[in-house]
Amino acid sequence: MITRRNALKSAVFASMAAPALIQKAAASEEAMKPDGAPVDLSKLERRNVELVAPPFVHEHEQVATLEPAIIEFEMTIIEKELEIDDEGTMLQAMTFDGSVPGPLMVVHEGDFVELTLINPESNSMPHNIDFHAATGGLGGGSLTLVNPGEMTVLRFKATRPGTFVYHCAPGGPMIPWHVVSGMSGAIMILPRDGLKDHENKPIKYDTVYYIGENDFYIPKDADGNYMRFEDPGSSYADTLEVMNGLIPTHVVFNGRAGALTGDNALKSTVGKTVLFVHSQANRDTRPHLIGGHGDLVWETGKFNNPPERDLETWFIRGGSAGAALYTFLQPGVYAYVNHNLIEAVNLGATAHVVVDGEWDNELMAQVTEPTALADAYKSKKALP
Amino acid sequence: MKRPAHYIATILLAFISFSTANAAKMSMPETVVIEAGSFMYRASGEFLKERYPVDAPMQKIAFAVPFEFMKYQVLAKDYEQCVTERVCGEPLNQRRHSENLPITSVSYQDAINFAKWLSDKTDVNWRLPTDEEWAFAAGSRFVDDAINAKTNTNNPAERWLTKYKKYADLETGNDPVIKPSGSYGSNENGIYDLSGNVWEWTDSCYTRTRLDSDGKKLSQSDNCGVRIAAGQHRAYISYFIQDAKGGGCSVGAPPTYLGIRLIKMPRANLLERILNFVDLTGRR
Repeated sequence: MITRRNALKSAVFASMAAPALIQKAAASEEAMKPDGAPVDLSKLERRNVELVAPPFVHEHEQVATLEPAIIEFEMTIIEKELEIDDEGTMLQAMTFDGSVPGPLMVVHEGDFVELTLINPESNSMPHNIDFHAATGGLGGGSLTLVNPGEMTVLRFKATRPGTFVYHCAPGGPMIPWHVVSGMSGAIMILPRDGLKDHENKPIKYDTVYYIGENDFYIPKDADGNYMRFEDPGSSYADTLEVMNGLIPTHVVFNGRAGALTGDNALKSTVGKTVLFVHSQANRDTRPHLIGGHGDLVWETGKFNNPPERDLETWFIRGGSAGAALYTFLQPGVYAYVNHNLIEAVNLGATAHVVVDGEWDNELMAQVTEPTALADAYKSKKALP
Repeated sequence: MKRPAHYIATILLAFISFSTANAAKMSMPETVVIEAGSFMYRASGEFLKERYPVDAPMQKIAFAVPFEFMKYQVLAKDYEQCVTERVCGEPLNQRRHSENLPITSVSYQDAINFAKWLSDKTDVNWRLPTDEEWAFAAGSRFVDDAINAKTNTNNPAERWLTKYKKYADLETGNDPVIKPSGSYGSNENGIYDLSGNVWEWTDSCYTRTRLDSDGKKLSQSDNCGVRIAAGQHRAYISYFIQDAKGGGCSVGAPPTYLGIRLIKMPRANLLERILNFVDLTGRR
């Protein structure tokens, strides 16, 4: 019996080319030796931050009360199989720190990000990290390529305030494949004096939710069932074919269709302000909060630009992260979607926000409940 | 219904020859007799009491005569035979891998077509149950869908949020694996697999009923483009949907799969059957 869940196509491990490609990728990327003049950072304080799995974010100050420091993070790359919908479809995922997307890192402008990147022996492939927030060295990619059983430490200065994507970029065709296998996340670099509105007045949020959006490309077998693979390498050839068609089979938030609905729905309360950070490392998207708005939106995610106001939908370019601030005014269930509604409803890109609080009848009321058509309307046809 | 006599004769001939052509009969599906009786039943559909949504009222429903209900859900292989004979539509994304799996991706229309086909095959009339019949036969497997939220006229979101949480709990633990017939065991009536992960189409339409302050019915509107699928909870699904996945702004727990279980009608005499057939044809 082959169910969708068990469609393990071990017979289709046709391509031994995949491991070969990996080896090539590893060999061709000679680690760059940075030879710059030494910088004395010995006077800077060091602070260690424990990362938290999305959609949640580690504790942080919105307005920095301390001097710039070296902020230490540690991420372990974990290759593992993940279920990406409620039908048992499996992805040979590659993850930063075990989650898809990787965790959101928060620092302040002027801080130094110091990341320890670990590639355990149990992994099968070399990985690295490219920070869009970092300057030079392919965003850190050229300094961080680590084979299984290796680790590295990268330091970069957070010079530009904003939300930025990070992703794995281990060379050649490995780059898109690692990204659509889950290897992306975001960093938020806050201005030292916090976020400002369009009039440059300080603003605060009560909660940050980090929504990482992923497009997945799962191959199907001859019977139309999603294929399941033994390891990432054996999934490569079939996955590449679907990737090159540019039509994802799944578009999801937080690594899985339904990851942020039902019992895992996001929560808020009337009067509370939420900052939604939304990243997409590969493909354009357009977040929309059904029943709500973006009060202040940094569509491109960069805090030196004034935020746009009162947006209905905002555009997140593939390879970027944006931020939208909203204060909830009405209780109920809100759907936070990618407003390509096919992707939202059929492919998975939907989250829910459950909001408690008092209803404001001025903002909305049901004037007449659904009633039978009055006689005067009964004869009316759609067309004259 | 007035029709030219020769037309009726043609139909009759067609009917008779069709019956003989289908000599390859299906074996009669197993059924369980549900004895006549009565029970308290929470009505289906939406209810508005003095403008506000409320839980549906409880009603006493009585069945004067016994009825026969399929012991198991319709199997994929039997449905496939109906597809092969071009009476039923293709199910969505379901392959013929196992002998003993229920059909799981069919619409209301598919279910109706299957009932017609099976009736021809077995010389007995089969039809979809009503929601009342399904609930009565399901007995302890029937899940009350009351929200039990206080109707707060100042905060319409309260009932909405309570409902969301209730359905979120229901959704947890839904298994996507299609299990062989019989895997979910039987209820006290000896019917298997009720309220597993395959919902069953009923013939009942989506209704909205308005009540006055005493709970007296003021009016009702029906939408038969939407039918009830019975299972772990009632689901209201458009008649052409084969896969009821939800998402976007549709908040609630959709059925995992949509399948079929039929009621066997008492054997009608030949004249009734012919009249019935003519009547059906006339409606086309």
